[in-house]
Amino acid sequence: MDSTPPRPGSMVARHRLSTRAWHWLNALLLYILFTSGLGIFNAHPRLYWGQYGANFDRAWLTLERFPGWITLPGHYSLALSRHWHLAAAPIFAFALLAYMVWSLANRHVGRDLAFRRGELAPHHVWQDILDHARLRFPTGVAALRYNVLQKASYIAVIFLLLPLLVLTGLTMSPGMNAAWPWLVDLFGGRQSARSIHFIAAFALVAFVIVHLLMVVLAGPVNELRSMITGRYRLPGPRA
Amino acid sequence: MIIGRRSLLLGAATTLAGCDRLARQESVRNALFSAENFHKWAQRSLMARDALAAEFRPDQISPVFRANGTANPNTPEYKALWRGDFADWRLRVDGLVARNLSLSLSQLRTLPHREQITRHDCVEGWSAIGKWRGVPLKTLLDGAGLRSGARYIVFHCADSMGNGQPYYESIDLIDAFHPQTILAFALNDRPLSVANGAPLRLRVERQLGYKQAKYLMRIEAVESLAAIGGGKGGYWEDHAGYDWYAGI
Repeated sequence: MDSTPPRPGSMVARHRLSTRAWHWLNALLLYILFTSGLGIFNAHPRLYWGQYGANFDRAWLTLERFPGWITLPGHYSLALSRHWHLAAAPIFAFALLAYMVWSLANRHVGRDLAFRRGELAPHHVWQDILDHARLRFPTGVAALRYNVLQKASYIAVIFLLLPLLVLTGLTMSPGMNAAWPWLVDLFGGRQSARSIHFIAAFALVAFVIVHLLMVVLAGPVNELRSMITGRYRLPGPRA
Repeated sequence: MIIGRRSLLLGAATTLAGCDRLARQESVRNALFSAENFHKWAQRSLMARDALAAEFRPDQISPVFRANGTANPNTPEYKALWRGDFADWRLRVDGLVARNLSLSLSQLRTLPHREQITRHDCVEGWSAIGKWRGVPLKTLLDGAGLRSGARYIVFHCADSMGNGQPYYESIDLIDAFHPQTILAFALNDRPLSVANGAPLRLRVERQLGYKQAKYLMRIEAVESLAAIGGGKGGYWEDHAGYDWYAGI
């Protein structure tokens, strides 16, 4: 293997095919899941903690219905929102499982996402936060490695947030609750699980907004190309 | 490169409109609706045939059990039954059975009961916990004797929905013979109120609220659901496109 590091300006391989395929499948499925999920939420836009919760019980959050431009379908139809949601959900869940297994097996997690020695030292994390705040993105070969904030957010999303969405989603189903009663107990009851499902969905939206912002700020053409073709142009030194 | 908020909103709205258009196509619609089959297969594979829905302690019961759907059938026939305290009400059991049955409320009350404190999960997302008392459906089906060929149990109700269509529901034999599937005449130690389905309603605890048919008048064993109502196995299935398998 050639040991000379690639020069700034040259094209390098960045994202594996499995990462790219999963990324775009997720973009589509999470879009469908979020918008149809809001359509389902509109049937009863109140959230509770505990085992039960209905109109006469105390809700911790009461909202108006989400407007049609952000729900799937665009008019109120609980049945159709459920069909979209329940068709997309199993594909999303099994793709997540496959990606988790595959990226552990091909060492993507161990090589690219696991924290390295010293990375979690407070001064290093603080430096990374400062760099982000000043929008100083890494250049040269350093741009090929994820920084500590990126690693933390990708690990949190892949191994915590997305599984949490899948598992709380499963507990919405009375059939699954008969099959796996321990799961709904883990979340403290079906209405708690529904609240957690909602909170996790909006945490994911927050991640997506920051993610898109970072793509735009880091150079959208280069970033988009690397997620489509896998090839990335190494950024040169800052002017 | 800055993408304006307006174009983002426009993009989101356009994509969603595209999804809406897609869902109107027959093949896409069929694909979306067929997810039900996957979920039913997966759940039935994961759960034991007699796996029980969770049962709760008395102190976990909802202070108010929310009633939903029809609040009162309000037909002359139902009102007459209600005025007579349902003394003249009879539950018919017929269809593909060896013996037709006709049972009064007092006869049902003398049969062995089951009591269960379970959570009612509405398709809309809310839940209410209540204590039900009733006769296992299995007792009646064994009494009537299912004929070979019977595959579904249909529940005909006294109420009609807004468009004048009678409410009905159906389940398959796996749920019909499940130990928690009961015909309930009491909620929280009181006779069923009109809003909650007096005098008798179905409890099929591993499925959503719209399967829990209220105001039961007749139970019919059938081979196929095609000839009943709109053919999809229930009022909401026919008129709103809800899944027939409501364990999801």
